[in-house]
Amino acid sequence: MRSNPRDYQLVAPGTLHAVLSLLAEAPGKWLPIAGGTDLMVLYGAGKLAARNLVSIWSLPELRGIEVLPDQVRIGAGCTYAELREHPVIAREFPLLARAASWTGGTANQNRGTIGGNIVNASPAADSLPALLVYEAELILVSVRGERRVPYLGFHTGYKTTQLAGDELLRAVCLARQFSECLHHTRKVGARSAQAIAKVAIAALGGVAGGRVQEVRIALASVAPVPLRLFETERAVKGKSIDKCLLAAARRATVSEIRPIDDIRSTARYRSAVSSNLVEEFLRRLSAGAPI
Amino acid sequence: MSNSHEISGRREFCFTVNGERKTVPAYPMERLLDVLRHQLRLTGTKEGCGEGECGSCAVLMDGILVNSCLVPLLQAQNANILTIEGLAGAGLHNLQQAFLHCGGTQCGICTPGMILAALYLLKKNPFPTIEDIREGLSGSLCRCTGYMQIFEAVEEAARRQTSDEV
Repeated sequence: MRSNPRDYQLVAPGTLHAVLSLLAEAPGKWLPIAGGTDLMVLYGAGKLAARNLVSIWSLPELRGIEVLPDQVRIGAGCTYAELREHPVIAREFPLLARAASWTGGTANQNRGTIGGNIVNASPAADSLPALLVYEAELILVSVRGERRVPYLGFHTGYKTTQLAGDELLRAVCLARQFSECLHHTRKVGARSAQAIAKVAIAALGGVAGGRVQEVRIALASVAPVPLRLFETERAVKGKSIDKCLLAAARRATVSEIRPIDDIRSTARYRSAVSSNLVEEFLRRLSAGAPI
Repeated sequence: MSNSHEISGRREFCFTVNGERKTVPAYPMERLLDVLRHQLRLTGTKEGCGEGECGSCAVLMDGILVNSCLVPLLQAQNANILTIEGLAGAGLHNLQQAFLHCGGTQCGICTPGMILAALYLLKKNPFPTIEDIREGLSGSLCRCTGYMQIFEAVEEAARRQTSDEV
Protein backbone atom coordinates (compact mmCIF):
# COMPACT_ATOMS: atom_id res chain seq x y z
CA MET A 1 0.00 0.00 0.00
CA ARG A 2 1.16 3.51 -0.81
CA SER A 3 2.55 5.71 1.95
CA ASN A 4 0.53 8.61 3.29
CA PRO A 5 2.50 11.88 2.97
CA ARG A 6 0.87 13.05 6.21
CA ASP A 7 2.92 10.49 8.11
CA TYR A 8 6.24 11.84 6.89
CA GLN A 9 8.28 14.86 7.69
CA LEU A 10 10.68 16.27 5.10
CA VAL A 11 12.81 19.34 5.65
CA ALA A 12 15.43 21.16 3.59
CA PRO A 13 17.68 23.24 5.83
CA GLY A 14 19.58 24.44 2.73
CA THR A 15 23.19 24.37 3.93
CA LEU A 16 25.55 21.58 4.95
CA HIS A 17 26.07 23.18 8.36
CA ALA A 18 22.32 23.31 9.03
CA VAL A 19 21.88 19.68 7.94
CA LEU A 20 24.73 18.52 10.19
CA SER A 21 23.34 20.48 13.14
CA LEU A 22 19.97 18.81 12.62
CA LEU A 23 21.59 15.34 12.45
CA ALA A 24 23.58 16.11 15.62
CA GLU A 25 20.48 17.15 17.61
CA ALA A 26 19.12 13.62 17.46
CA PRO A 27 21.57 11.16 15.87
CA GLY A 28 19.74 8.51 13.89
CA LYS A 29 16.43 10.39 13.83
CA TRP A 30 16.81 11.97 10.39
CA LEU A 31 17.39 10.10 7.16
CA PRO A 32 19.12 12.13 4.45
CA ILE A 33 17.46 11.99 1.02
CA ALA A 34 19.20 13.16 -2.17
CA GLY A 35 17.68 12.35 -5.58
CA GLY A 36 15.22 9.84 -4.13
CA THR A 37 15.92 7.07 -6.65
CA ASP A 38 16.05 4.51 -3.83
CA LEU A 39 14.11 6.06 -0.95
CA MET A 40 11.16 7.29 -3.02
CA VAL A 41 10.75 3.79 -4.45
CA LEU A 42 10.38 2.46 -0.90
CA TYR A 43 8.10 5.37 -0.04
CA GLY A 44 5.90 4.72 -3.06
CA ALA A 45 5.57 1.08 -2.03
CA GLY A 46 4.69 1.98 1.58
CA LYS A 47 7.96 0.46 2.83
CA LEU A 48 9.94 3.49 3.94
CA ALA A 49 10.42 2.93 7.68
CA ALA A 50 12.08 6.28 8.39
CA ARG A 51 9.50 9.00 9.06
CA ASN A 52 11.80 12.01 9.31
CA LEU A 53 13.76 12.93 6.23
CA VAL A 54 16.17 15.74 5.52
CA SER A 55 16.76 16.76 1.92
CA ILE A 56 20.40 17.06 0.87
CA TRP A 57 19.53 17.37 -2.84
CA SER A 58 21.39 20.29 -4.42
CA LEU A 59 23.35 21.16 -1.27
CA PRO A 60 26.18 23.17 -2.87
CA GLU A 61 28.79 21.70 -0.49
CA LEU A 62 28.12 18.19 -1.83
CA ARG A 63 28.19 19.06 -5.52
CA GLY A 64 30.94 19.10 -8.08
CA ILE A 65 34.00 17.14 -9.12
CA GLU A 66 37.29 18.69 -8.06
CA VAL A 67 40.35 17.67 -10.06
CA LEU A 68 43.56 18.00 -8.03
CA PRO A 69 47.07 17.09 -9.24
CA ASP A 70 47.15 13.72 -7.47
CA GLN A 71 43.48 12.93 -6.89
CA VAL A 72 39.92 13.55 -7.96
CA ARG A 73 37.43 14.55 -5.30
CA ILE A 74 33.83 13.72 -6.20
CA GLY A 75 31.10 15.39 -4.14
CA ALA A 76 28.69 12.84 -2.67
CA GLY A 77 25.80 14.69 -4.35
CA CYS A 78 27.32 14.24 -7.80
CA THR A 79 24.81 12.52 -10.11
CA TYR A 80 25.51 9.63 -12.47
CA ALA A 81 24.89 12.03 -15.38
CA GLU A 82 27.60 14.36 -14.07
CA LEU A 83 29.97 11.45 -13.47
CA ARG A 84 29.65 9.90 -16.91
CA GLU A 85 30.00 13.26 -18.66
CA HIS A 86 33.11 14.40 -16.78
CA PRO A 87 36.18 14.22 -19.05
CA VAL A 88 38.69 13.28 -16.32
CA ILE A 89 36.42 10.56 -14.90
CA ALA A 90 35.82 9.20 -18.42
CA ARG A 91 39.54 9.19 -19.25
CA GLU A 92 41.16 8.07 -16.00
CA PHE A 93 38.39 6.20 -14.20
CA PRO A 94 36.48 4.54 -17.05
CA LEU A 95 35.11 1.81 -14.76
CA LEU A 96 33.21 4.46 -12.84
CA ALA A 97 32.06 6.37 -15.93
CA ARG A 98 30.85 3.12 -17.49
CA ALA A 99 29.03 2.05 -14.31
CA ALA A 100 27.36 5.47 -14.14
CA SER A 101 26.22 5.12 -17.76
CA TRP A 102 24.44 1.83 -17.14
CA THR A 103 22.79 2.78 -13.85
CA GLY A 104 19.09 3.15 -14.71
CA GLY A 105 17.94 5.38 -17.59
CA THR A 106 18.50 9.08 -18.19
CA ALA A 107 15.96 10.33 -15.63
CA ASN A 108 17.44 8.22 -12.84
CA GLN A 109 20.98 9.17 -13.86
CA ASN A 110 19.91 12.81 -13.49
CA ARG A 111 18.80 12.22 -9.90
CA GLY A 112 20.76 9.28 -8.53
CA THR A 113 23.97 10.27 -6.72
CA ILE A 114 27.22 8.46 -6.05
CA GLY A 115 26.84 9.20 -2.34
CA GLY A 116 23.40 7.63 -2.36
CA ASN A 117 24.74 4.56 -4.13
CA ILE A 118 27.43 4.14 -1.45
CA VAL A 119 25.27 4.81 1.60
CA ASN A 120 22.34 2.76 0.35
CA ALA A 121 24.92 -0.06 0.38
CA SER A 122 23.27 -2.49 -2.01
CA PRO A 123 25.59 -5.38 -2.94
CA ALA A 124 24.23 -5.02 -6.50
CA ALA A 125 25.05 -1.30 -6.82
CA ASP A 126 26.69 -0.52 -10.16
CA SER A 127 29.36 1.95 -9.10
CA LEU A 128 30.70 0.14 -6.05
CA PRO A 129 32.99 -2.51 -7.62
CA ALA A 130 34.75 0.35 -9.45
CA LEU A 131 35.31 2.16 -6.14
CA LEU A 132 36.81 -1.03 -4.65
CA VAL A 133 39.17 -1.41 -7.59
CA TYR A 134 40.28 2.24 -7.47
CA GLU A 135 40.65 1.97 -3.67
CA ALA A 136 38.52 5.05 -3.06
CA GLU A 137 38.70 7.01 0.15
CA LEU A 138 35.56 8.49 1.69
CA ILE A 139 35.26 11.79 3.51
CA LEU A 140 32.62 11.63 6.25
CA VAL A 141 31.50 14.83 7.95
CA SER A 142 29.59 15.76 11.10
CA VAL A 143 29.55 18.73 13.48
CA ARG A 144 32.47 16.92 15.17
CA GLY A 145 34.57 17.41 12.04
CA GLU A 146 35.70 15.38 9.06
CA ARG A 147 37.23 11.93 8.95
CA ARG A 148 38.63 9.94 6.08
CA VAL A 149 38.02 6.21 5.81
CA PRO A 150 38.98 3.72 3.10
CA TYR A 151 35.94 2.70 1.06
CA LEU A 152 37.11 -0.90 1.44
CA GLY A 153 35.51 -1.94 4.74
CA PHE A 154 32.92 0.87 4.76
CA HIS A 155 30.18 -1.71 4.30
CA THR A 156 30.04 -3.75 7.49
CA GLY A 157 27.37 -6.20 6.30
CA TYR A 158 24.26 -6.36 4.16
CA LYS A 159 23.08 -2.75 3.84
CA THR A 160 25.04 -1.61 6.89
CA THR A 161 27.92 0.90 6.94
CA GLN A 162 30.41 2.64 9.21
CA LEU A 163 28.46 5.90 8.95
CA ALA A 164 27.50 7.24 12.41
CA GLY A 165 24.00 8.58 13.10
CA ASP A 166 25.13 12.20 12.94
CA GLU A 167 27.38 11.78 9.92
CA LEU A 168 26.97 12.50 6.23
CA LEU A 169 29.07 11.20 3.36
CA ARG A 170 30.65 14.31 1.92
CA ALA A 171 32.99 13.19 -0.87
CA VAL A 172 34.72 10.29 -2.59
CA CYS A 173 38.44 10.62 -3.36
CA LEU A 174 40.20 8.67 -6.10
CA ALA A 175 43.98 8.64 -6.54
CA ARG A 176 45.06 9.49 -10.11
CA GLN A 177 47.42 6.57 -10.59
CA PHE A 178 45.75 4.11 -12.93
CA SER A 179 46.19 5.63 -16.37
CA GLU A 180 48.75 2.97 -17.38
CA CYS A 181 46.47 0.08 -16.42
CA LEU A 182 43.97 -1.88 -18.44
CA HIS A 183 40.44 -1.24 -17.10
CA HIS A 184 37.79 -3.89 -17.64
CA THR A 185 34.11 -3.96 -16.68
CA ARG A 186 31.00 -5.85 -17.60
CA LYS A 187 27.50 -6.15 -16.18
CA VAL A 188 25.36 -9.23 -16.64
CA GLY A 189 21.65 -8.46 -16.23
CA ALA A 190 18.26 -9.35 -17.69
CA ARG A 191 18.45 -6.45 -20.17
CA SER A 192 20.98 -3.75 -20.89
CA ALA A 193 18.98 -0.80 -19.53
CA GLN A 194 17.15 -0.34 -16.21
CA ALA A 195 18.14 -3.79 -14.94
CA ILE A 196 19.86 -4.58 -11.66
CA ALA A 197 22.96 -6.76 -12.03
CA LYS A 198 22.86 -10.53 -11.62
CA VAL A 199 26.65 -10.22 -11.48
CA ALA A 200 28.98 -7.38 -12.47
CA ILE A 201 32.78 -7.10 -12.59
CA ALA A 202 35.16 -4.18 -12.40
CA ALA A 203 38.85 -4.90 -12.71
CA LEU A 204 42.15 -3.36 -13.65
CA GLY A 205 45.58 -4.76 -14.27
CA GLY A 206 48.88 -4.56 -16.02
CA VAL A 207 51.22 -7.14 -17.51
CA ALA A 208 55.00 -6.69 -17.81
CA GLY A 209 57.55 -9.23 -18.99
CA GLY A 210 54.74 -11.71 -19.58
CA ARG A 211 53.67 -11.64 -15.93
CA VAL A 212 50.74 -10.01 -14.13
CA GLN A 213 52.20 -7.02 -12.25
CA GLU A 214 49.12 -5.20 -11.03
CA VAL A 215 45.70 -6.75 -10.62
CA ARG A 216 42.53 -5.70 -8.82
CA ILE A 217 39.18 -7.43 -9.25
CA ALA A 218 35.78 -6.67 -7.67
CA LEU A 219 32.33 -8.15 -8.18
CA ALA A 220 28.77 -6.98 -7.46
CA SER A 221 25.86 -9.20 -6.41
CA VAL A 222 27.94 -12.15 -5.18
CA ALA A 223 28.10 -11.45 -1.42
CA PRO A 224 26.28 -9.33 1.22
CA VAL A 225 28.60 -6.46 0.24
CA PRO A 226 30.36 -5.49 -2.99
CA LEU A 227 33.38 -7.80 -2.93
CA ARG A 228 37.06 -7.33 -3.72
CA LEU A 229 38.56 -10.68 -4.79
CA PHE A 230 41.82 -10.62 -2.87
CA GLU A 231 42.35 -14.40 -3.02
CA THR A 232 41.91 -14.46 -6.77
CA GLU A 233 44.27 -11.51 -7.13
CA ARG A 234 46.90 -13.36 -5.03
CA ALA A 235 46.46 -16.44 -7.21
CA VAL A 236 47.36 -14.55 -10.39
CA LYS A 237 49.78 -11.82 -9.31
CA GLY A 238 53.34 -12.33 -10.57
CA LYS A 239 52.32 -15.24 -12.78
CA SER A 240 52.04 -15.59 -16.53
CA ILE A 241 48.52 -16.06 -17.87
CA ASP A 242 48.07 -19.57 -19.23
CA LYS A 243 45.38 -22.25 -19.09
CA CYS A 244 46.59 -23.48 -15.74
CA LEU A 245 46.42 -19.98 -14.24
CA LEU A 246 42.94 -19.38 -15.65
CA ALA A 247 41.74 -22.59 -13.95
CA ALA A 248 43.36 -21.54 -10.66
CA ALA A 249 41.72 -18.10 -10.93
CA ARG A 250 38.31 -19.67 -11.54
CA ARG A 251 38.72 -21.92 -8.48
CA ALA A 252 39.82 -18.99 -6.30
CA THR A 253 36.87 -16.89 -7.49
CA VAL A 254 34.30 -19.56 -6.71
CA SER A 255 35.83 -20.19 -3.30
CA GLU A 256 35.79 -16.56 -2.16
CA ILE A 257 32.37 -15.38 -3.36
CA ARG A 258 29.20 -16.04 -1.37
CA PRO A 259 26.35 -15.78 -3.86
CA ILE A 260 22.70 -16.44 -3.00
CA ASP A 261 19.48 -17.38 -4.79
CA ASP A 262 17.16 -14.38 -5.09
CA ILE A 263 14.58 -12.84 -7.45
CA ARG A 264 17.22 -11.97 -10.03
CA SER A 265 19.32 -15.11 -10.22
CA THR A 266 20.62 -18.24 -8.51
CA ALA A 267 23.79 -18.91 -6.55
CA ARG A 268 24.82 -21.56 -9.08
CA TYR A 269 24.40 -19.24 -12.07
CA ARG A 270 26.24 -16.45 -10.26
CA SER A 271 29.19 -18.74 -9.48
CA ALA A 272 29.48 -19.86 -13.09
CA VAL A 273 29.18 -16.31 -14.43
CA SER A 274 31.62 -14.90 -11.85
CA SER A 275 34.39 -17.28 -12.86
CA ASN A 276 33.62 -16.65 -16.55
CA LEU A 277 33.88 -12.89 -15.99
CA VAL A 278 37.21 -13.26 -14.17
CA GLU A 279 38.55 -15.49 -16.95
CA GLU A 280 37.38 -13.04 -19.61
CA PHE A 281 39.20 -10.21 -17.83
CA LEU A 282 42.42 -12.23 -17.55
CA ARG A 283 42.27 -13.23 -21.22
CA ARG A 284 41.91 -9.59 -22.19
CA LEU A 285 44.73 -8.65 -19.85
CA SER A 286 46.88 -11.29 -21.50
CA ALA A 287 46.02 -9.98 -24.98
CA GLY A 288 46.49 -6.36 -23.88
CA ALA A 289 43.04 -5.47 -25.19
CA PRO A 290 41.40 -2.26 -23.98
CA ILE A 291 37.85 -2.27 -22.62
CA MET B 1 14.85 28.40 7.09
CA SER B 2 16.65 27.17 10.19
CA ASN B 3 13.46 26.21 11.99
CA SER B 4 11.77 24.71 8.98
CA HIS B 5 11.99 21.23 10.50
CA GLU B 6 9.48 22.25 13.13
CA ILE B 7 6.86 22.63 10.44
CA SER B 8 5.60 19.21 9.51
CA GLY B 9 2.08 19.71 8.24
CA ARG B 10 0.51 20.86 5.04
CA ARG B 11 1.81 24.13 3.70
CA GLU B 12 2.04 26.09 0.50
CA PHE B 13 4.51 25.25 -2.23
CA CYS B 14 5.27 27.48 -5.18
CA PHE B 15 6.63 26.43 -8.53
CA THR B 16 6.17 27.14 -12.20
CA VAL B 17 4.38 24.64 -14.40
CA ASN B 18 4.38 25.15 -18.17
CA GLY B 19 5.16 28.83 -17.69
CA GLU B 20 2.44 29.48 -15.09
CA ARG B 21 3.22 30.23 -11.48
CA LYS B 22 1.37 27.80 -9.20
CA THR B 23 0.85 27.76 -5.45
CA VAL B 24 -0.53 24.55 -3.96
CA PRO B 25 -1.18 23.45 -0.40
CA ALA B 26 0.54 20.10 0.10
CA TYR B 27 2.70 17.92 2.34
CA PRO B 28 6.43 18.07 1.61
CA MET B 29 6.62 14.32 0.87
CA GLU B 30 3.79 14.35 -1.66
CA ARG B 31 5.04 13.07 -4.98
CA LEU B 32 5.33 15.72 -7.68
CA LEU B 33 3.41 13.29 -9.91
CA ASP B 34 0.37 13.30 -7.60
CA VAL B 35 0.34 17.06 -7.26
CA LEU B 36 0.49 17.49 -11.04
CA ARG B 37 -2.28 14.98 -11.67
CA HIS B 38 -4.64 15.48 -8.76
CA GLN B 39 -4.25 19.07 -7.71
CA LEU B 40 -3.33 20.74 -10.99
CA ARG B 41 -5.37 18.29 -13.12
CA LEU B 42 -2.47 17.87 -15.54
CA THR B 43 -3.24 14.25 -16.29
CA GLY B 44 -1.00 14.09 -19.36
CA THR B 45 1.74 12.93 -17.01
CA LYS B 46 1.01 9.23 -16.44
CA GLU B 47 1.73 6.87 -13.59
CA GLY B 48 3.03 3.52 -14.78
CA CYS B 49 5.11 1.64 -12.23
CA GLY B 50 5.43 4.27 -9.51
CA GLU B 51 9.00 3.19 -8.85
CA GLY B 52 11.12 4.99 -11.42
CA GLU B 53 11.41 2.05 -13.81
CA CYS B 54 9.04 2.92 -16.65
CA GLY B 55 9.44 6.63 -17.41
CA SER B 56 5.70 7.29 -17.94
CA CYS B 57 5.77 10.08 -15.36
CA ALA B 58 8.84 11.83 -16.80
CA VAL B 59 8.79 15.64 -16.78
CA LEU B 60 11.48 18.28 -17.09
CA MET B 61 12.39 19.94 -13.80
CA ASP B 62 14.62 22.98 -14.30
CA GLY B 63 15.42 21.58 -17.73
CA ILE B 64 16.44 18.15 -16.42
CA LEU B 65 14.53 14.95 -17.21
CA VAL B 66 13.22 13.38 -13.96
CA ASN B 67 10.69 10.74 -12.99
CA SER B 68 8.05 12.75 -11.14
CA CYS B 69 7.00 9.70 -9.08
CA LEU B 70 10.40 9.90 -7.34
CA VAL B 71 10.39 13.65 -6.63
CA PRO B 72 9.08 14.76 -3.23
CA LEU B 73 7.30 18.07 -3.67
CA LEU B 74 9.66 19.90 -1.33
CA GLN B 75 12.46 19.32 -3.85
CA ALA B 76 10.33 20.93 -6.59
CA GLN B 77 9.89 24.12 -4.55
CA ASN B 78 10.53 27.13 -6.86
CA ALA B 79 11.40 24.80 -9.74
CA ASN B 80 10.38 25.25 -13.34
CA ILE B 81 8.39 22.20 -14.48
CA LEU B 82 7.52 21.27 -18.04
CA THR B 83 4.87 18.61 -18.63
CA ILE B 84 3.48 17.31 -21.92
CA GLU B 85 0.69 19.90 -21.71
CA GLY B 86 3.25 22.69 -22.00
CA LEU B 87 4.89 21.42 -25.16
CA ALA B 88 2.55 22.48 -27.97
CA GLY B 89 2.48 26.12 -28.97
CA ALA B 90 0.03 27.37 -31.62
CA GLY B 91 0.49 24.01 -33.35
CA LEU B 92 1.88 20.67 -32.27
CA HIS B 93 5.52 20.50 -31.29
CA ASN B 94 7.92 19.03 -33.83
CA LEU B 95 8.24 15.84 -31.74
CA GLN B 96 4.47 15.45 -31.40
CA GLN B 97 4.08 15.79 -35.17
CA ALA B 98 6.81 13.23 -35.76
CA PHE B 99 5.18 10.74 -33.34
CA LEU B 100 1.88 11.18 -35.19
CA HIS B 101 3.49 10.86 -38.59
CA CYS B 102 5.54 7.76 -37.75
CA GLY B 103 2.88 5.95 -35.72
CA GLY B 104 4.95 6.36 -32.55
CA THR B 105 1.82 6.18 -30.41
CA GLN B 106 -0.32 3.15 -29.67
CA CYS B 107 -2.16 3.06 -26.33
CA GLY B 108 -0.58 6.38 -25.40
CA ILE B 109 0.40 5.72 -21.78
CA CYS B 110 4.14 5.89 -22.41
CA THR B 111 3.90 8.67 -25.01
CA PRO B 112 4.15 11.80 -22.81
CA GLY B 113 7.21 10.38 -21.04
CA MET B 114 8.73 9.22 -24.33
CA ILE B 115 8.28 12.66 -25.85
CA LEU B 116 9.79 14.45 -22.86
CA ALA B 117 12.72 12.00 -22.83
CA ALA B 118 13.17 12.65 -26.56
CA LEU B 119 12.94 16.41 -26.02
CA TYR B 120 15.67 16.20 -23.38
CA LEU B 121 17.81 14.03 -25.64
CA LEU B 122 17.52 16.37 -28.64
CA LYS B 123 18.29 19.37 -26.46
CA LYS B 124 21.54 17.75 -25.29
CA ASN B 125 22.35 16.06 -28.57
CA PRO B 126 20.71 17.60 -31.68
CA PHE B 127 22.31 14.99 -33.99
CA PRO B 128 21.69 11.67 -32.24
CA THR B 129 22.62 8.32 -33.77
CA ILE B 130 20.08 5.51 -33.50
CA GLU B 131 22.15 4.17 -30.59
CA ASP B 132 21.96 7.56 -28.84
CA ILE B 133 18.16 7.50 -29.30
CA ARG B 134 17.87 3.96 -27.95
CA GLU B 135 19.94 4.91 -24.93
CA GLY B 136 18.22 8.25 -24.40
CA LEU B 137 14.83 6.52 -24.35
CA SER B 138 15.97 3.39 -22.47
CA GLY B 139 14.34 4.61 -19.26
CA SER B 140 10.91 4.71 -20.97
CA LEU B 141 9.04 1.44 -21.40
CA CYS B 142 6.37 0.88 -24.07
CA ARG B 143 4.23 -2.15 -23.26
CA CYS B 144 2.66 -2.06 -26.73
CA THR B 145 6.31 -2.64 -27.78
CA GLY B 146 6.11 -0.04 -30.54
CA TYR B 147 9.72 0.91 -30.09
CA MET B 148 10.76 0.97 -33.75
CA GLN B 149 8.18 3.59 -34.69
CA ILE B 150 9.10 5.60 -31.60
CA PHE B 151 12.79 5.58 -32.54
CA GLU B 152 11.86 6.52 -36.13
CA ALA B 153 9.75 9.41 -34.83
CA VAL B 154 12.68 10.76 -32.81
CA GLU B 155 14.97 10.40 -35.84
CA GLU B 156 12.45 12.29 -37.95
CA ALA B 157 12.05 15.02 -35.33
CA ALA B 158 15.83 15.40 -35.17
CA ARG B 159 16.01 15.71 -38.96
CA ARG B 160 13.20 18.27 -39.05
CA GLN B 161 14.66 20.24 -36.18
CA THR B 162 18.02 20.38 -37.92
CA SER B 163 16.64 21.31 -41.32
CA ASP B 164 14.41 23.98 -39.74
CA GLU B 165 17.41 25.49 -38.05
CA VAL B 166 19.66 25.42 -41.10
